[in-house]
Amino acid sequence: MNQAPATRGKITGVNGNMVSVDVSEGSLIQNEVAFVNCGDERLKAEVIKIRGRQASLQVFEDTRGVRVGQDVEFSGELLSVELAPGLLGMTYDGLQNPLEHLDNRQGFFLKRGQYPPAVDQEKRWLFNPTAKPGDRVQAGSWLGWVQELHYPHQIMAPLNMLGAATVKSIVEEGEYTIRDTVAVLEDGNGREIPISMLQTWPVKKPIRAYAERLYPQEMMVTQCRIIDTFFPVGRGGVACVPGPFGAGKTVLQHILAKYAQVDIVIVVACGERAGEVVETIITFPELEDPKTGGSLMDRTIIICNTSSMPVAARDASVYTGVTLAEYYRQMGRNVLLLADSTSRWAQAMREMSGRLEEIPGEEAFPAYLESRIAGFYERGGQVRLANDETGSVTLIGTVSPAGGNFEEPVTQGTLKVVSAFHGLSRKRSDERRYPAIDPIDSWSLYLKQMEKSLNAELDPEWVPMVVECQDLLRRGSQVGRMMTVVGEEGVSQADLLDYLRSDMLDAVYLQQNAFDAVDQACSMKRQLRDFKLLVRALRTKFSFPDKPEARRFFAKLQDAFYQKNYCAEDSADYTQYETKIENLLAEGVAP
Amino acid sequence: MIKAYNRITNIIGDIAELDAKDVSFNELAQVTNHNGETSLAQVIRMDGDRVSLQVFAGAKGLSNGAKVRFLGHPMTVHHSDALLGRIFNGSGVPMDGKPPMDESGQVDIAGPSVNPVKRIVPHNFIETRIPMIDVFNPLVESQKLPIFSQAGEPYNELLARVGLQAQADVIVLGGIGLKFDEYIFFRQTFEEGGVMDRTVMFVHTAADPVVERLLVPDLALAVAEQFGVQGKRVLVLLTDMTAFADALKEINVAMEQVPSNLGYPGSLYSDLAARYEKAVDFKGAGSITVLAVTTMPGGDVTHPVPDNTGYITEGQYYLDTGMINPFGSLSRLKQLVIDSVTREDHGAVMNSMIRLYARAQETKKKLAMGFEVTEQDEKYLKYADLFVDRFMDLRVDVTLEKALDNGWKTMAECFEPEEVGIKKALLEKYWPKAE
Ligand SMILES: Nc1ncnc2c1ncn2[C@@H]1O[C@H](COP(=O)(O)OP(=O)(O)O)[C@@H](O)[C@H]1O
Ligand SMILES: [Mg+2]
Repeated sequence: MNQAPATRGKITGVNGNMVSVDVSEGSLIQNEVAFVNCGDERLKAEVIKIRGRQASLQVFEDTRGVRVGQDVEFSGELLSVELAPGLLGMTYDGLQNPLEHLDNRQGFFLKRGQYPPAVDQEKRWLFNPTAKPGDRVQAGSWLGWVQELHYPHQIMAPLNMLGAATVKSIVEEGEYTIRDTVAVLEDGNGREIPISMLQTWPVKKPIRAYAERLYPQEMMVTQCRIIDTFFPVGRGGVACVPGPFGAGKTVLQHILAKYAQVDIVIVVACGERAGEVVETIITFPELEDPKTGGSLMDRTIIICNTSSMPVAARDASVYTGVTLAEYYRQMGRNVLLLADSTSRWAQAMREMSGRLEEIPGEEAFPAYLESRIAGFYERGGQVRLANDETGSVTLIGTVSPAGGNFEEPVTQGTLKVVSAFHGLSRKRSDERRYPAIDPIDSWSLYLKQMEKSLNAELDPEWVPMVVECQDLLRRGSQVGRMMTVVGEEGVSQADLLDYLRSDMLDAVYLQQNAFDAVDQACSMKRQLRDFKLLVRALRTKFSFPDKPEARRFFAKLQDAFYQKNYCAEDSADYTQYETKIENLLAEGVAP
Repeated sequence: MIKAYNRITNIIGDIAELDAKDVSFNELAQVTNHNGETSLAQVIRMDGDRVSLQVFAGAKGLSNGAKVRFLGHPMTVHHSDALLGRIFNGSGVPMDGKPPMDESGQVDIAGPSVNPVKRIVPHNFIETRIPMIDVFNPLVESQKLPIFSQAGEPYNELLARVGLQAQADVIVLGGIGLKFDEYIFFRQTFEEGGVMDRTVMFVHTAADPVVERLLVPDLALAVAEQFGVQGKRVLVLLTDMTAFADALKEINVAMEQVPSNLGYPGSLYSDLAARYEKAVDFKGAGSITVLAVTTMPGGDVTHPVPDNTGYITEGQYYLDTGMINPFGSLSRLKQLVIDSVTREDHGAVMNSMIRLYARAQETKKKLAMGFEVTEQDEKYLKYADLFVDRFMDLRVDVTLEKALDNGWKTMAECFEPEEVGIKKALLEKYWPKAE
């Protein structure tokens, strides 16, 4: 593919991780990859600006030791990832370097300039052909498959192929490496296209080898009550989780990574703590994926550019992640992409924009911030493939607003493009009301959008019940505020009861203990059962001789619901608490 | 080949610019002023032959005829056991009257990150005997954690107290913009605590050049890293990281970079993270725990320095009117030790006591507006007072075990068991039985 003589240049300046290069001859491509030759190290970089014969590169590594006059080679290719069986279970840096296969200084420290293959090149996979010679195919058509851990991994016609082609030949079932040719296609011009199990794809371009995008209508179950019941996310949906530091964004992402009912999870740890990634790397192999019986790590790919790793690769990391997600979507898989935190990605853009001396926008973020955010979230979605299978990429990104103030450019830019907003509140996290999703400010457009399917699958009254509870929460919060002004004696018993009801709903349903073996994940079946009983309790008309009596009664009722949360569904204790609740309800009813 | 130049073209802030050839990015240079004074300097930008140098001693009084000699390598620091018991300034020059370290055993400062797969999940509880820490936000070996504080709070005392209690193999103190008295306080406390012979200090005092502030965390952490690789459990104390961030701001302005927020560079998050992320539990070697002080200008936690810090570190201790505030404080690693390493009721006691204290605060607010006190309110008021006396008061010095017992006792003195939101199994085992 690369016949033109490689373009070369010489460094003329260094400013942090940005280097300027003088290119005397040859052509330049915006966003192509280049390598800076620094002594015996080759540092990967990306062209981010071309002006005349001058190219500005962002170097994906520390630039210490780089000199003016050093040589730069341009690759002619955009920053790309390798797509092949063997990705699942891997931990990569932002450039898809497998962290387990890097050499380390003193045995621990990352050494720059190493770019080993992303997937095992030697492993032999049992290839099962499904296409036949003479079949008409297009970009992304399934030609055969290999078993990758628990799922068939489809080997596809090139995702970037233009127009249709014909299968000229395809190998018999047998073992092949990802570099072996397993089929040959012939395009409309009679040119042969050899097919191996390995493709590459430029990360900043969406993969669009599908028939159509669908309107998300099925719920992606997370087993987190407040999300599934109140602010659900559809398969192929896009959601954001903004919150001040320590409010629980990362813990929530970990919960989703563990319990979301999807086939594949891609975790992008973008500019956050290395320690958090380590927890995932170490705990996931030990946890079971109930869907496949394998380990959770088997369905997971981790992309990490942690906060002390080179900043330019942070920008790449989110794109690397979403490209892998789109690749598995092309196989009809439901993929969840978690990006923590998109603000760090935005900051990486800001740092680079500053070095490029671009005119800064609000808080010095570049003017194109919003369109980049929109472009990223647009890559989520559920699609119908040409063979009528469907697949989805659900995107959930955290946002870390400066000062915890949501009126800042990254949060605002994100809110414009997502369909669900799980806003974490400092007040709730301070009070240990986890997950600290604010039940009043948060919203999900999917609740209405999926109303038909939710009511059909769960309960004909499901969405109306949820809306009723949301009203109750609002009323409870009003009464709460009123009581801080007029005191408990200043409100009627009816108002106080609303307050107590809403407080109970909050305590026993919205809050969920991420660190309790039972409470941490609540199946949809259990949510239905628990929620219906709770709504019945909330609808019960009580009357009490006085307010302290009302409080005492609600303390008992609330405690019964609370204790039930810690009992495994259908256990003897669980049903015992259900009975206890029934009895309490009967006892408290107005005569 | 070492090249010398004797013509500086521009001097802006603490940055000197000159034309020089064959220089490498981040290379170190020695600047000798017309009066013979010398300072180290580092290459921070190159544009053609124009080289920008950040002069560690500052550019005040610098002549444009000063001599600049490039040393051919980036900034390094000596590392060996001979460092223990020694005190250096922000350029690594001894300030304890003893001879300088020899030239051998140099290691790069601000080196690359640990490969995440070479880390392990932290799991060692560090008992500080301060209930607000041990019960509510336990410290874990290899954690990075700042003390958020207003000016005038006893943050250095708290830092030193935790430092002595932590029983580390090596203590590295990085003093950034310290007042002279504060420096002496640390030295005396460590001598009296008998830990000076396993301590290394890098001290920049408020009177020293501002650029040297930037070096202190890197020197301290580079040395800590080497001890850690050798298998030592290292504790790094950094105070005050806000002074470090302010030095970044000054350089940013001199470099004419667009600031993002209140004059701080857009890279503030990455700059702070590059330091704090040195905290690590090495797979098969030692560990580095980082405790820092971040003073909050105007007491404002949303100020860019504490705000960015909070996003980076694994929690924070929020020091407020002489006490560790239970609401702003957080240990993000607590779940790695609570109940598993510590007693099984730890998590339940912690969560319930905080929730009750939050309610008590609301009650106080309500009563401050002059409302009638209900039966319920009285319980909470009593609870709040006991909580302050038995937990928040920094004079309390008890083991975790004892503090948890005090927790059950306090809850039982104020509430009925069904009011505290604790699992039945634990209530049965720990709720104090009425006599
Ligand atoms: N759902 C939860 N249940 C219990 N504790 C939580 C929960 N979410 C957060 N926390 C506590 O809050 C701390 C900070 O959460 P984290 O997700 O790291 O915050 P963020 O990513 O928003 O800065 C955690 O270490 C944990 O102690
Ligand atoms: Mg986080």
